[in-house]
Amino acid sequence: MRVRYFAWLRQRTGVAEEEIDPPAEVRTVGDLARYLAQRHPRLGEVLQSRGVVRFAVNQEYADADTPVGPRDEVAFFPPVTGG
Amino acid sequence: MIRVVDGPFDPAAELARFARGRTDVGAVASFVGRVRDHDGRVPILAMTLEHYPGMTERMLARLEAEARRRWPLLDVLVIHRVGRMLPGEPIVLVATAAAHRHAAFESCAFLMDWLKTRAPFWKLEETPEGERWVEARSSDDEAAARWEQPAAE
Repeated sequence: MRVRYFAWLRQRTGVAEEEIDPPAEVRTVGDLARYLAQRHPRLGEVLQSRGVVRFAVNQEYADADTPVGPRDEVAFFPPVTGG
Repeated sequence: MIRVVDGPFDPAAELARFARGRTDVGAVASFVGRVRDHDGRVPILAMTLEHYPGMTERMLARLEAEARRRWPLLDVLVIHRVGRMLPGEPIVLVATAAAHRHAAFESCAFLMDWLKTRAPFWKLEETPEGERWVEARSSDDEAAARWEQPAAE
């Protein structure tokens, strides 16, 4: 599974993207956020507080209940500020 | 047409080309967003736009399709710059062409409102006190919400 981070989330993890192989019990975006919070302690708090972080699975907006699998690209980022 | 560019662009030149030769176009509306040199009290020296390559283009194409679904548009142009830029430089250009002005005006405003809340861009400001990520504004969410349509029956 490929995980990507943008903006200040990327600065907190120190990596823009990583290939991971989470345990089988990681079935949703919410499960993945909890798993990644252990891997990146500086992300832990924000990943689990609602409303602060947005998710995308395969470049489509997703929510905590969206299923994720080994071939997916999952992204974590703050609310967008373009334009 | 959607374009994400990593260098300066010239809105006047883009507009001169836009819908050129289309004699059925009676109205062109456009919006240019530029980098400001201050945010209230704090001077802004430069701004860097980060984005999510791939998802950005996908979301912008979807915005264009939604605008064309809602209004009888004859042409649409969205150019968004990424990377580092200086105050006064254009960040974004949206232009819409239609037979009549209301479709052009409204779709241009719609595209900007949805772009600001859906397209995966993030602004990093350089100030004399250091760098800071721009926070999303609830007023942008409210502006986008006015274009929500009731679910189809």
